[in-house]
Amino acid sequence: MSLDPAARSGYADHPPRMGFFTDTSVCIGCKACEVACKEWNGVPEDGLELTGMSYDNTQSLGASTWRHVAFIEQIDHPGQPRWLMASDVCKHCTEAGCLDVCPTGALLRTEFGTVVVQDDVCNGCGNCVAACPFGVIGRRETDGGAHKCTLCYDRIGDGLTPACAKACPTESIQFGPLDELRDRAQARLETLHEAGVAGAQLYGEDPGNGIGGAGAFFLLLDEPEVYGLPPDPVVTTRDLPRMWRHVASAAAALAAAALISGLGGRA
Amino acid sequence: MAEAHPVGFQWVMEAKQRGATVIHVDPRFTRTSAHADVYVPIRAGADIAFVGGIINYVLQHDRYFRDYVLAYTNASAVLSEDFADTEDLDGVFSGLDRELRMYDMETWRYQRSEVRAAAGDRTPLRDRFTPQQLRQVRRAARGEAHGSGGGAVDPVHDADETLQHPRCVFQVLKRHFARYTPELVAEVAGVPEETFLRVCELVTANSGRDRTTTFVYSLGWTQHTVGVQYIRTAAILQSLLGNMGRPGGGILALRGHASIQGSTDIPTLFDLLPGYLPMPHAYGNEDLDTYVAAESLSKGFWADTRNYMVSLLKAWWGDTATAGNDFCYAYLPRLTGSHSTYETVLSQLSGVCTGYFLLGQNPAVGSANARMQRMGMASLDWLVVRDFSMIESATWWRDGPEIETEQMRTEDIKTEVFFLPAAAHTEKNGSFTNTQRMLQWHHAAVEPAGDARSDLWFAYHLGRRIRQKLAASSAETDRDRPVLDLTWDYPVRGPLAEPDAEAVLAEVSGWGADRTPLSSYTELNDDGSTSCGCWIYCGVYAGGVNQAARRTPGGTQDWVAADWGWAWPANRRVLYNRASADPDGRPWSDRKALVWWDQATRRWTGHDVPDFIADRPPDYRPAADARGTEAISGTDAFIMQGDGKAWLFAPAGLVDGPLPVHYEPQESPFSNVLHGQQHNPVREVLTHPLNLYQPSGDEPGSEVFPYVATTYRLTEHHTAGGMSRFLPYLAELQPAFFCEVSPELAAERGLEHAGWATIVTARSAIEARVLVTRRIQPLRMRGRVVHQVGLPWHWGPNGLTTGDAANELVHLALDPNVYIQEDKALACDIRPGRRPRGPALLDLVREYRQRAAITLKTGTDT
Repeated sequence: MSLDPAARSGYADHPPRMGFFTDTSVCIGCKACEVACKEWNGVPEDGLELTGMSYDNTQSLGASTWRHVAFIEQIDHPGQPRWLMASDVCKHCTEAGCLDVCPTGALLRTEFGTVVVQDDVCNGCGNCVAACPFGVIGRRETDGGAHKCTLCYDRIGDGLTPACAKACPTESIQFGPLDELRDRAQARLETLHEAGVAGAQLYGEDPGNGIGGAGAFFLLLDEPEVYGLPPDPVVTTRDLPRMWRHVASAAAALAAAALISGLGGRA
Repeated sequence: MAEAHPVGFQWVMEAKQRGATVIHVDPRFTRTSAHADVYVPIRAGADIAFVGGIINYVLQHDRYFRDYVLAYTNASAVLSEDFADTEDLDGVFSGLDRELRMYDMETWRYQRSEVRAAAGDRTPLRDRFTPQQLRQVRRAARGEAHGSGGGAVDPVHDADETLQHPRCVFQVLKRHFARYTPELVAEVAGVPEETFLRVCELVTANSGRDRTTTFVYSLGWTQHTVGVQYIRTAAILQSLLGNMGRPGGGILALRGHASIQGSTDIPTLFDLLPGYLPMPHAYGNEDLDTYVAAESLSKGFWADTRNYMVSLLKAWWGDTATAGNDFCYAYLPRLTGSHSTYETVLSQLSGVCTGYFLLGQNPAVGSANARMQRMGMASLDWLVVRDFSMIESATWWRDGPEIETEQMRTEDIKTEVFFLPAAAHTEKNGSFTNTQRMLQWHHAAVEPAGDARSDLWFAYHLGRRIRQKLAASSAETDRDRPVLDLTWDYPVRGPLAEPDAEAVLAEVSGWGADRTPLSSYTELNDDGSTSCGCWIYCGVYAGGVNQAARRTPGGTQDWVAADWGWAWPANRRVLYNRASADPDGRPWSDRKALVWWDQATRRWTGHDVPDFIADRPPDYRPAADARGTEAISGTDAFIMQGDGKAWLFAPAGLVDGPLPVHYEPQESPFSNVLHGQQHNPVREVLTHPLNLYQPSGDEPGSEVFPYVATTYRLTEHHTAGGMSRFLPYLAELQPAFFCEVSPELAAERGLEHAGWATIVTARSAIEARVLVTRRIQPLRMRGRVVHQVGLPWHWGPNGLTTGDAANELVHLALDPNVYIQEDKALACDIRPGRRPRGPALLDLVREYRQRAAITLKTGTDT
């Protein structure tokens, strides 16, 4: 499918597709991205719970967490101890299940190729929550609506960097035209491989993957499962046309069978 | 650094990307360790053994930078015959008076330097005052007062350039550290030999003509009874390796708050005046002449102390300050001993100190021995708290821990407490001075809300009102003249009558006749013709321009970035950068060129502003009777030092020894392997029933507190929590006070992950959630396993996330040079479950004290 979701959505003349490249190899786990995101977007605090999961008290993405820094302690890692840190975010999929299943059109594709929820259109049906293969989007109890990262739609339209990327002190979160980010990520990956970081891999960027490539992709130092990411995500609506075709042919077969049996009966 | 200074850590990450090797030494594996090439676990409190071990490695393997060491350090200086090292005296230096708990430093001097010329003469002091009075002077933190230069010392008389003389500094140093072998480092610090040797190889391979190594430290190095000596150890190593005054070198102190560098430059410290001028003492600094004689040096830029002091007095008392009245020198307060923050608490408890201002400080949970802090505040007549939120220091009288333990009843507390809301940095103009000594101006974005006001507003208007009251009530009383004669004429602006912060900056920077702004401290005079509020900041308002507000982007200037902000002194970015060139004035290497001598123009030039007399040629040698800056030779790179040299051996200035030596912390499960002397003999101990110490090492009762505790910060919170625990977006990121322990310690003590533990010392017991993590490693040393308990110190009873304060546990035994407490290494017990409530908490602590047989005397020996 086309890597240009904006064009597919009818934007004839649109800016380049924008996205995030989150390079977890330089993430220092400061969580400035989480705080900056909440400050800019007015996302509420969502719980003062000590989880015991290393320094991760945010736990997961959701309606009130649009950036989530995971902490994975690997003290036994061969060579030297590791403490992996990674800032997760909405992937802004090329094939976005949430958008496909939204009955009200509250979820929309922007001219930057990103996926945004319109609060005033969302009816809180929750279809999108089940449709996201990453568990990114959630419904907030207080207002009933679905919420997720907008890739700071209200900033990038003014030429500003999204809040999380702006706050990141180590450029672990990089924002820019997706094509440029892909090149940068590839170069960084090669550097790490040359340095002997065998486990380094890109996650989500492949246009051939189950979501048609992510608008927000990652460089990980270990397998995706280690970070709580699905290893091979597939857009939940990918099979819908085929399923509907199956349903249609099954229905046709049934109808034919009925007809045949009717005919037979008559015979 | 990633943990406590994440924004600054971006430069470490950038250096790493450019090929730098990062080594991290810490008792816990932190977010910094996660990005280090080498992580070095260490027992808290054993850093002198570790760094001393590297010094020994450098000396034993001839890995020092010989040309640099010969030219720029005091390695060749021959010491007095009377000096005896800790290796000779089982852990103490010559000159120790155990009864007075102080050293006589005379034997630490260079050979033949006892007889001193007129300027800088301290001998009359000994003749005129008793040992007790001298101790008062010593206790006025004289060590710290020499923060911007060495203590008073004469130039070297006898030097051995071959470095073979048995009493030359180099040989003394070699003998002093000879026992700091890799085996000893493992035994004392718990650092595996293989890791230690790898660090030695990396540090030495990355030092020399072409490469430099930087040391970065934070409060983990300062908060010890030998804190200053920790830094000294690094200074010796960096001087041996030739890493001072050169790009990519140095020892960087990451400060505890924004602009703490600024608050030592223009100090909030009892013992200093602006620009590291010592605060006058009641003994020996009677008038301006005796002050200058005692506190200036005969050589180098401290020879101009009188210029700096007179200009400061002119800034404060303006036209009233004249040559005829000693420039109002008599108006300055005098020290009579230590008036450090902890002595102040004792004074509160004894009824001497009756009023207290807390500006952005939360001692009720943020200072060591927090109970003692609150008991002190409960003894006051009045207390003013200025902060963003209702911190514990403002509410202890109502809901503090002593209300629960029934040690206080609200209705009995006579302290009148005022809470005044403070403006944030976004709501006021002003400067931050960072660890690079760089001032960066910030402009107010919005007016402060409600009653919130800036500290500048508060100080100015408080002073204005006090002056009004004094003027009306006691017009002719001499006692009030110092306040009434102050230059207190700052213009005010806007609806809140906010004083003009730039007017203050201009006064700090200084002016000459007709208020013409000065551009350098070399323009200051001692005749009253110049005024300057802080001599090292002179020029920050040069040309009538706020130099600190310059913001030329890095991409449009060279790598030194001289047009961003302004660094004292004279916008130099690297101090002592004369040392970046060889004795002949040529860069040690092209790769590390910073400043150099240009023979054609006969001036120093380069990328940075040369930290040297601009036209002094490398081959200049002063006449024997030269004084002041004339006495600085062309190779005296360390221009503030009395001998122009970096000190491998400190012949003056430190009260606890000319060389660092490993002592155990005030409280330690271990005895000192190196010496019979367990502790720093001259550490400050404050004897008080609220400040009981535990037995250490082989002493009976030591086993009651078998674990090492250390306090630290988390990225998510700020200091005592006043700026983070009250904010939902930060509180939710670290929503509970916790302790960090290894799985082995958890098993030994039955601690459950995410459950509760109680941590006990002789001062108190606190409870914390438990994080069992392999990031805290048990260390194997001296045939036993040592467990460490990690305690982030951000919590207290108020705010959105609440918890006990780690500072409840910490005692007050202090570094004798600067009076800092030892939070970073103490001994404790840990047990599963929550702590007792109410008076039962005190019973638990009492029971521990009884078991360890603790008395007022425990742990107070020299």
